[in-house]
Amino acid sequence: MMGRRSTGGTAIDRGQPVGFSFDGRRYMGFAGDTLASALLANGVRVVGRSFKYHRPRGIYTAGPEEPNALVALRRGARHEPNTRATMIELHEGLEATSQNRWPSLHFDLMGINDRLSALIPAGFYYKTFMWPSKAWMTYERWIRRAAGLGTAPLERDPDRYEHRHAHCDLLIAGGGPAGLMAALAAGRAGLRVILCDERAQFGGSLLRETFAVGGGSGADWARVAVAELAAMPKVTLLARTTAAGLFDHGTATLIERAADHMGEPPPFVPRQRRWTIRARRTLLATGAIERPLVFAGNDRPGVMLASAMRAYATQYAVLPGTRTAVFANNDGGYRTALDLSAAGVEVVAVIDSRAAAPSALVDRVRARGIEIFAAHAVTATRGRFGLTSVDVVALEQPEARRGIVCDSLAVSGGLNPTAHLHCHAGGKLDWDERRLCFVPARGRADVQCIGAARGIFSPAECFRDGAQAGAKAVAALGNAAAPPTIPSVEDEADRPPEALWVVPGGGKKRFVDIQDDVTAGDVGLAAREGYVSVEHLKRYTTLGMGTDQGKTSNVNGLALLAGHRGQAIPSVGTTTFRPPYTPITIGTLVGRETGRHFMPIRRTAMHEWHEAQGAVMIEAGLWMRPRCYPRPGETPAQAVEREAAHVRKAVGLVDVSTLGKIDVQGPDATEFLQRVYANNWANLPVGKARYGIMLREDGIVFDDGTTSRIGEFRYFMTTTTANAAAVLLHLEDLLQVAWPELRVQVTSETEQWAAMALAGPRSRAVLSRAIEGLDVSDAALPFMGVGAGRIAGAPVRVFRISFSGELAYEINAPADFGRAVWEALLSAGGGEGIAPYGTEAMGVLRIEKGHVAGPELDGRTTAADLGLGRLVSARKPDFVGKHLLGRPGLVDPARLRLVGLVPADGKSRIRAGSQIAVEPAALASSLGHVTSTATSPALGHPIALALLRGGLERKGETLHALYPLDGSAVAVRVVEPVFVDPEGARLRG
Amino acid sequence: MLLIECPWCGPREQVEFTYAGDAAPRRPQPTAGEAAFFDYVYLRDNPRGPHRELWHHTGGCRRYLVASRDTLTHAISATSPVHGARK
Repeated sequence: MMGRRSTGGTAIDRGQPVGFSFDGRRYMGFAGDTLASALLANGVRVVGRSFKYHRPRGIYTAGPEEPNALVALRRGARHEPNTRATMIELHEGLEATSQNRWPSLHFDLMGINDRLSALIPAGFYYKTFMWPSKAWMTYERWIRRAAGLGTAPLERDPDRYEHRHAHCDLLIAGGGPAGLMAALAAGRAGLRVILCDERAQFGGSLLRETFAVGGGSGADWARVAVAELAAMPKVTLLARTTAAGLFDHGTATLIERAADHMGEPPPFVPRQRRWTIRARRTLLATGAIERPLVFAGNDRPGVMLASAMRAYATQYAVLPGTRTAVFANNDGGYRTALDLSAAGVEVVAVIDSRAAAPSALVDRVRARGIEIFAAHAVTATRGRFGLTSVDVVALEQPEARRGIVCDSLAVSGGLNPTAHLHCHAGGKLDWDERRLCFVPARGRADVQCIGAARGIFSPAECFRDGAQAGAKAVAALGNAAAPPTIPSVEDEADRPPEALWVVPGGGKKRFVDIQDDVTAGDVGLAAREGYVSVEHLKRYTTLGMGTDQGKTSNVNGLALLAGHRGQAIPSVGTTTFRPPYTPITIGTLVGRETGRHFMPIRRTAMHEWHEAQGAVMIEAGLWMRPRCYPRPGETPAQAVEREAAHVRKAVGLVDVSTLGKIDVQGPDATEFLQRVYANNWANLPVGKARYGIMLREDGIVFDDGTTSRIGEFRYFMTTTTANAAAVLLHLEDLLQVAWPELRVQVTSETEQWAAMALAGPRSRAVLSRAIEGLDVSDAALPFMGVGAGRIAGAPVRVFRISFSGELAYEINAPADFGRAVWEALLSAGGGEGIAPYGTEAMGVLRIEKGHVAGPELDGRTTAADLGLGRLVSARKPDFVGKHLLGRPGLVDPARLRLVGLVPADGKSRIRAGSQIAVEPAALASSLGHVTSTATSPALGHPIALALLRGGLERKGETLHALYPLDGSAVAVRVVEPVFVDPEGARLRG
Repeated sequence: MLLIECPWCGPREQVEFTYAGDAAPRRPQPTAGEAAFFDYVYLRDNPRGPHRELWHHTGGCRRYLVASRDTLTHAISATSPVHGARK
């Protein structure tokens, strides 16, 4: 059998032939074709292999619900797997390949699964590969290859994806009769309207169906309506745009395929665009999706939804075969037979599961010489790579079987309103026993389903419903306008379908979910094994999973489950509908936020200088910081050791601009600090700095830093780099929520100041040479003194504080002057041999001094754990963290407390993250862990800080630092955590 | 995404805000004792329905506000400054 084209075709342009390839073979189609219609027109019947049994599969639908025809597009970096051939617009040079077959579509080795299907029922993998548990890793790889979708490309996507935001009064999803009428009503009344449709052309079912609208074709009516809408300045028409999700407060996500129909996007056009719409009201005119019928062999290529067959015939002039039969439980079967017959197909039979149909339809079908089988059903199909015949039996006399030779079979089991978006917005569904479908019920006031999306399947009614909903939206938003005139529609009222959830009489391969290879038997097995919840059914059988998320299968599946449970369909319920409505690319989610645009980068004022010096940079949150400055021939580790040693013996300069800086001002500033910090702030004179420790309200240490009093009512607070934002938020919370009576303002100044620490025994000499207007002698600027002066003409603040344990000054300059001040200090220090040092050497120096930092302030330690207990005020009546500090768990002597560690052999490296135990192999009885490690240039051997059960009570003990990742163990001795200058003589020098 | 009416800045996108939890617990008096602070720090209701909660306009005016949000529908019926009327 070969497919063929008849005359006509509303969607295609025969003047524009288009060449494309499928699995390497060249074919021709027309502009306006989908990949699916063009493949059918070329007689390609098998387009994929099924997920589990590797059965040959053909194109099953003409829309977004397609379960079978998943293909990969393009090659190399633009390769895109798992696209639906029914939604791909044909364009010159399009390359498509089939998936889940090896080595080829027509010879697939895994097709053996089909023969073995009795051995691999639902839940087979769960049951079989449970044991031995470790082997799952091996099984999984094999299973995933056998049951596969396409493969993702490994190269970087060369195309751009964009995000756009828009507001509107009325968002309308779906441009069929209801959506277009609503848009006309709202647009004419002057509302800001966004109308989107997932197809290239607006019109929805009007493009597919043959009934006359307003005296002409539905497609013509749609064209006129779209032209009117396009001329309205406040109406935005978005074709090729799927409403993928509906969210809170009128938010919708639309995915516009801006260039998918062009192969390669032209300049300045993204491949896809993600719209975030904020709509005051939303109308869902998303139509309905036809249900298949469940009978043996219903997946064979050539079996297709009736609505799809009509669409291919009307829009693309593609005839699905030469001899076609129709199998339905509703009047749509007769209409399909008439449409196909009118398009030139030889329709041989209408098989209607119902005993009676409207006589007018029956007469018209008979008049065309089509045999009608009332109260009959298809019980089997034949044909290896495509349909060759079907078996038909009378439902009341199943023994009387008749074969019908046909190469295509249209099936219809009724319609399901597409209410997915209604459910995204929290809407409920009700079962409609008359129309045999779930219809949208209670939902959000600003979201309304219209037309077929709410179960109105008559075209005339859809026009009316859209016009009314549009007028209602206009009125609700305070405008007024007469609703548009409803076109006359040549329409006959259909009788509702009669339930036929599964064709009786058995047969193994009665597929319910064609994409996931779930059969009626699998649903029965799940029910027998106790998976009677619809959510369990889904997980156990995979019914409704996959790229189509059960758009054609869910309702049939749960109807079958209801039958097995002996319950009504509504009491079984549905699984949850979650966004997105159809699959969307990762690219469109990410948009432009790729590579370096993923996160902003924060650079200090001295950044370019660091780079020019060849510094190795490191990310600290969003900040870029110099890690070290290797000299020619030096490794980074050697550079770190040199830089740290140089600070101890001479002088170094480090960029500390990333520290959080907060200006605290107001008459109650001192009282505020008293309550914010655990230590005492009542008596700090102006011009002095103090180390402060901040707790959380639960008593755990939050942050630490140095805060200086720079005026009677003004303090300059610093925080750790990591907590700069969190501390500001904490202060704002306290001031605005807990203590609104305190007259204090807090302002972040982190980025306003460039900060650098000048450290080392020669730092005073350097500073005194560089600065004007400030006496930096020990008498004038003692330890913890604060002053102001000018360096390189710039006003600076000088804080005599030390993180390194050396004589040191922290110098803050307005950020714009940061680099000039930095360079002035370096040049003033030339004679003293000044050298810049990075964050790594800074870390080595602080570990040598036992200063705690991020690894120790891990959100679990108290001040006492860190050896800072003496700072916590016992006298202050109130500060954050005071009241819960005394809980038994926080004062338990067995808590982990800060200690120092040195290797027992004086040379072995201790690795951060190691667990500490008495015995080298006793990982289970961990006594704590190593937090920070360094090789100390001052001591000439490795050192570490650790949090150890019992803390310094274990001083002198030899324990073991175990590194479970490679099983190594290092014998360590417990020592005081301050390795260098424990008396602090150097920093007071 | 929620649309939150900041009392100072007007209706703004949720991404500008930081959620700060239940607005009901207030920091106890310093003399209230450990049990009162324990409740304040740890104990929260988890209501289904109306909920008064704090949001911080982090990407805007950096003020806290109280929003009355239905935890079931996410509908926000009102927003107000934390303490009394807007100053």
